[in-house]
Amino acid sequence: MDALGQALSLLATGDTETWWTVGTTIRFALWSTLFSALPGVPLGAVLYLGRFRGKRALAAAINASMAVPTVVIGLFVYSFISRSGPLGFLNIMYEPAGVILGQSLLALPLAAAMTHTGLQKMDPRYAETLLTLGAGFWRRLLAILREGRFVVVQAVLASFGRVTGEVGVSMMLGGNIRWHTRTMTTTIALDASKGEFERALSLGVVLLAVALTVNALSHLAARDA
Amino acid sequence: MNRTARTVIVVALMALIAALPAFAMGGKEAPANPKVRLATTTSTENSGLLAYILPYFTADTGYTVDVVAVGTGAALKLGENADADIVLVHARALEDAFMAAGHGTERRDVMYNDFIVLGPAADPAGLASATGAVDAFKRIAASGAGFVSRGDNSGTDVKEKDVWKAAGVSPAGSWYKEAGQGMEQVIIMADGLQAYTLADRGTWLAIKDKSSLVIAYEGDPTLFNPYGIITVNPGKNPAINAEGARALLLWITSKRGQELIASFKVGGEILFFPDYRP
Repeated sequence: MDALGQALSLLATGDTETWWTVGTTIRFALWSTLFSALPGVPLGAVLYLGRFRGKRALAAAINASMAVPTVVIGLFVYSFISRSGPLGFLNIMYEPAGVILGQSLLALPLAAAMTHTGLQKMDPRYAETLLTLGAGFWRRLLAILREGRFVVVQAVLASFGRVTGEVGVSMMLGGNIRWHTRTMTTTIALDASKGEFERALSLGVVLLAVALTVNALSHLAARDA
Repeated sequence: MNRTARTVIVVALMALIAALPAFAMGGKEAPANPKVRLATTTSTENSGLLAYILPYFTADTGYTVDVVAVGTGAALKLGENADADIVLVHARALEDAFMAAGHGTERRDVMYNDFIVLGPAADPAGLASATGAVDAFKRIAASGAGFVSRGDNSGTDVKEKDVWKAAGVSPAGSWYKEAGQGMEQVIIMADGLQAYTLADRGTWLAIKDKSSLVIAYEGDPTLFNPYGIITVNPGKNPAINAEGARALLLWITSKRGQELIASFKVGGEILFFPDYRP
């Protein structure tokens, strides 16, 4: 209860750094959600509509890649964007862009898999009708995403939730730099490592509020379906 | 209309948040490349030293410093990979190897503090009567009382391994726990386990109010803990901010930088003693 009170007072008193951290977390998450959903959602729809060799293998690979730990993704991306790596010239290591790249890769399979499995729950006659009406592949893709927009919204919200709550990528690629790449989760990790459990816990409460909001929106989307 | 209105509101809210400006930090006229990336140890960052002195550096020179706080081993690795412009670390042997390998251009002494052995107030290994750091470590090993090690190739970890070596002990077994975590975390763990650990005094002073441990042994010259600053060789990568790194090296070893280090206190005690000799 103390932590909750402290969280509220930290936010209510307009503690600049706390608000800045919350804002940064959300800004990073909005970008990485966008960049994961742009390829991820169509990929999920292609998996649903497409008839091609290796489709099951691709779906399985996407499902499996959801299980890759965030620090492994962080390490993998680090080896590319480090100034001594092949993409070093981009200069995005320890920059917001680096974090967003890593988070996007993290959420991409989730966006694809959520879209894929969500569409599978729709009435299969819709896709069949589109096919018998002679609609081309891209027409069908757009139509199915429009019809299944609640699925898309849920996939996007799940990606958003995933990236706001992760710590491995943000820590490794962002470096937890104050006023630059420090997010809610890396602040929590830092505060906990310094033994400042109350502060860590109070940010945890904020994070929980974000997660619950996303969850509620997701339910709203499902209800509207 | 209902759903449309809701969509509009949600989109507008998200756009608003996305547009939140990054709060610009103060400072004077920015140099051409105003950002310096410093890789350093958890002890300098988490003790609050850097947060205290770096705003003065920014005010004096216009450079802002991005601090990445990791262990000494990792900080030097970041320098080696050109992911940092300058490093501030404490493990002289590793620093000399870094210079010898051509990764750095200039190294200067900056400051020192010392290592201390922390332990439970009951002192089960009898460190109160130890004759030196090596003897203290021998007593811990012989008593079987717990010891928590950083185990992360940090400066503290390197020092600890050196002392074990000098004591002729190869630490292993259930009494010896390698945490693989930062200094504060290790002190918290040692507290929880009522075990001994080696810590730098700066971190200890910053965290001691939250701990039931006490200083079990201190004062041996071998526990001296000097910090050095090294500018990374700009020949490694064109993106390295060599001017900014040199500005920081000169500033932190200047009279002003050194006085600021000495004026940083926690609970009335000086944490780091400046020791740059031109």
